[in-house]
Amino acid sequence: MAARTTESVNLYLPIAEMSVNIFLLLGMGAGVGMLSGIFGVGGGFLMTPLLIFLGIPPAVAVGTEANQIIASSVSGVFAHWRRGNVDFKMGSILLVGGIVGSTFGVFLFQYLRSLGHIDLVIMLSYVIFLGVIGSLMLTESIRAMQRRKRPGSLRKLHQHNFLHGLPFKMRFRRSKLYISALLPLMIGFIVGILSAIMGVGGGFVMVPAMIYLLGMPTAVVVGTSLYQIIFVTANATFLQATLNQTVDIVLALLLMIGAVIGAQFGTQVGAKLRGEQLRGLLALIVLSVCAKILYDLVVTPDDIYFLSHGSGGH
Amino acid sequence: MAQRLFTTLIFMTICIAPYLAAGPSRAQSVIADLSEHFVGITADFTGAKILFFGTVTGPGKLVVVISGPAKDITVGNKVQRVGIWINDENVTFKNTPSFYRVLSSEPLDEWLPLDTRETKQIGVEYLKLESTKAIGRAKAADYRAALVRNMQKKKYYGKAEGQLKLLGGGLFRADIFLPSNVPTGDYTIKTYLVSFGRVTHMEVTPLNINKTGIGAEIYRVAHQHGALYGVAAIIIAVLAGLGGNAIFRKS
Repeated sequence: MAARTTESVNLYLPIAEMSVNIFLLLGMGAGVGMLSGIFGVGGGFLMTPLLIFLGIPPAVAVGTEANQIIASSVSGVFAHWRRGNVDFKMGSILLVGGIVGSTFGVFLFQYLRSLGHIDLVIMLSYVIFLGVIGSLMLTESIRAMQRRKRPGSLRKLHQHNFLHGLPFKMRFRRSKLYISALLPLMIGFIVGILSAIMGVGGGFVMVPAMIYLLGMPTAVVVGTSLYQIIFVTANATFLQATLNQTVDIVLALLLMIGAVIGAQFGTQVGAKLRGEQLRGLLALIVLSVCAKILYDLVVTPDDIYFLSHGSGGH
Repeated sequence: MAQRLFTTLIFMTICIAPYLAAGPSRAQSVIADLSEHFVGITADFTGAKILFFGTVTGPGKLVVVISGPAKDITVGNKVQRVGIWINDENVTFKNTPSFYRVLSSEPLDEWLPLDTRETKQIGVEYLKLESTKAIGRAKAADYRAALVRNMQKKKYYGKAEGQLKLLGGGLFRADIFLPSNVPTGDYTIKTYLVSFGRVTHMEVTPLNINKTGIGAEIYRVAHQHGALYGVAAIIIAVLAGLGGNAIFRKS
């Protein structure tokens, strides 16, 4: 046996091929899991960059993250289901759109990669989507908080526009909506494309789309979003495992243990916050991740040369 | 640890004794070995230290080159366009050692002639790196330097020669440190005896580094049965979610 400089808190990850601190990963899982419980987002947009920052190869970070999100979403969805806050009918229609969209997205991803600059496309889509969604949510939630202070001005449940003239109308009892099924189908499709390209569950796009485009009540949005994220990320995990072998089960399990615990606390915290506070807080987190990615794109790197992913040691 | 070292030293002495006795009949020779020829990467692997030892007879100085399995390594480059740093040209170097270290008892610059270093590729500056496509001389030098710099940053390449300790009576020893991200595969350790600038003897010692135990099994299943692995990963995740939920529901 080799003389080891053993520290029992470290664990060697078989797919990522590196040694990591167990407690650091459990803590990261708990932190991001809590966010997912509060806001109904998978947290992939936060965890994936964190894992890459730790030195996990980006492909492994994306593949493993999809696997971990399944666990925190399953855990979160049951907590919301018990409160009657999951619209299964709406979730299933979003899901059908999502599966079609993400399959189309995988092909789009391959096409973009053949053109080169796929990294840039990914980063720019992060900046654009996080930036736009974050700012919209922040201004809306601030306005809602101001309205709350001035009693008497009652807000309509949602605005009526041309979208409500579409055919195939359906009643969604939990969401208190009577709208065209084409609308959630379309939203699911677009979010599916994004999640394939950006390697995330898409919750941070889906949640605001459900609130602002569909007009669903915030309380139902979170559970419904988690419900459909389970299936979108299960699909992604399977594709990543078969096509790229980039799912590290050991890494995922560590993150899951932390995330499952975090998500339970998150659900309790989320239940105590008001809708506009919830949206304002998520907006701030989304905007800070956006700012960080933009900073990395603009700031001069330490070394303009780098070892390309997938080479160098592995 | 101390006991292990003691046993190793006794073992070394037994192995070496006949050669010492043979003396003049084998004018110049090197015998080298490792405390182990296989390093297994298990779940608690955080790097390893192995002992390299041997004996030398005859005049000359020693230099040891440790190389990991050869791989194609790609170096990328970023350029700034409209304020944003984007990827520019990639250059791939063929059959490049994924791990590289040099050990010597004295600084190489002081005694090892440049042509020897060049022909035997001793030192990162002297590695023969061939790019897969034709690029200009200046550009090739930039990418080459970038490869070495980045490999050193990741601890795959050594920054300076490691210390080879001479114990007297022709005995030598050195500790080889393997980082936690050490590449897996077959390594070769070449020990050169150099006398008056010429290599008079070379000894090759093999070393294999690979995953063992559960980690190796997970890696094998992931690469040979991807679909099965994917389904298992999904099931584990769903169970973890359900389990966590069941625990918290009671409290």
